[in-house]
Amino acid sequence: MNRTPLYDVYSTYPGVKLIDFGGWELPVNFKTGIIAEHMAVRNDAGLFDVSHMGEFLVDGPGSDDFVDYLVSNNVASMSNGQVMYALMCYPSGGVVDDLIIYKRATDSYLLVVNAANIEKDLAWVTCENPWVTDDSKVMPTIINKSEAYVQIALQGPKAQGVMESLWSGAKELEFFRFNESVVIGGIECLVSRTGYTGEDGFELYLPSESGVTVWNTLMEAGKDAGLIPCGLGARDTLRLESKLPLYGHELTKDITPLEANLSVFVSLESGDFCGKAALLQQKADGIPRSLRGIIMEDKGVPRAGYDVYRGDELLGHVTSGAKSPMLEEFVGLVMVKRGAGLKLGNIIEIDIRGKRKKAKLVKTPFYKNTGRKK
Amino acid sequence: MSEVVKGLLYSEDHEWVRVDGNKASVGITDFAQAQLGEVVYVELPEVDDDFSKDDEVSSIESVKAASAIITPLSGTIVGVNEDLEDTPESVNGAPYENPIFVIELSDESELEGLMDAAAYEEFIKTL
Repeated sequence: MNRTPLYDVYSTYPGVKLIDFGGWELPVNFKTGIIAEHMAVRNDAGLFDVSHMGEFLVDGPGSDDFVDYLVSNNVASMSNGQVMYALMCYPSGGVVDDLIIYKRATDSYLLVVNAANIEKDLAWVTCENPWVTDDSKVMPTIINKSEAYVQIALQGPKAQGVMESLWSGAKELEFFRFNESVVIGGIECLVSRTGYTGEDGFELYLPSESGVTVWNTLMEAGKDAGLIPCGLGARDTLRLESKLPLYGHELTKDITPLEANLSVFVSLESGDFCGKAALLQQKADGIPRSLRGIIMEDKGVPRAGYDVYRGDELLGHVTSGAKSPMLEEFVGLVMVKRGAGLKLGNIIEIDIRGKRKKAKLVKTPFYKNTGRKK
Repeated sequence: MSEVVKGLLYSEDHEWVRVDGNKASVGITDFAQAQLGEVVYVELPEVDDDFSKDDEVSSIESVKAASAIITPLSGTIVGVNEDLEDTPESVNGAPYENPIFVIELSDESELEGLMDAAAYEEFIKTL
């Protein structure tokens, strides 16, 4: 099994529970448990090892045009030092992966992709997408840097204070911006004001060999702020409460970004991108499905793949579900028929292992933080 | 180290059994709750339903996954622990004080197929 460079640190923490996450041996939770870790991020701060994520460096002539073509969002509008969330689509409009794009300079980008998709994405980006076979296009250099980087996420309302004790520029770093030359524990890091929890926070990228030093430096700096190490379990419940999509659940090759209600990250008005024609067509024909939120009226956890009904009518399926630690309710995301007259407050049914359980359509996100976010 | 309580019987599905006459209380073991992680919901079986040994009677949901609750004994459900509806996490905190259901046995000879505490302790060491 793959292990991140931080394995030696967290595998020594008493009470850590390690699981196989897509071929990676990673902590699902520490001694404190998923719910306590979730609440630490909502109230104080949590530290996550997310080094399993993949990083591709796209560099040299052609990069600006190539990355703009590769993803759904308007990369041409980015300034240096900006971070952007986007979808990478097939010509069909289905999703190859969702990713975070860092614009370092003209014709220089860092693409951060999902761990389980690294090989598929690398093949798509370097060989398989239509740009590659078009002789009139300039192909930039693409290097898979996934093993060269450790990625650490510091998340929560107290994240800024913790970062500030190590780097005076933390407060000024705006949401979805980054700085490539932040020194933490003597190590130069790329620090962005980003995250996957719905809270304020930072993500740090640094050379793999220095991962342990920076992790320990952050843990020490966060001691008084209540910073605790957090695992993948809390990462999942945090992102779900905030309705942040997870590839393989809300996004797949068979779900378009429009169906996943991510049109704000799809720039249909600007330049061409892979999948744009299909998405324009889908919009013109009527988007067939929609991602909605539910809260269970009957008890039970709506888990991914469960069918969703209204009477005898199959409406769709659950994409993610959990007990929300903030709401103390069972919540879920469902991919359901659009145009079926479903309204907020309507009662639908989830088939939980053969038993129909009632659920109510609700507004999303389930939880929205009220703290500072520039 | 998982706690194993003497005087109880145990199944390979990690349920504990406390026999009282022709009835038995059934819960999940400390080993099982640790494997499951934080329990968020215990679905209780229906009183008066009949089950055969190894039937799935209901389910238990942790933060991570849903798992079946298997009855290690045949019979009729005569009681359920309704406290678990509101405080499912007590299965994590005190697994041996929180049975999930009580079953009236239809075949007491099935008790001979269960392990005692010493045998169960050995059994979980092999896992």
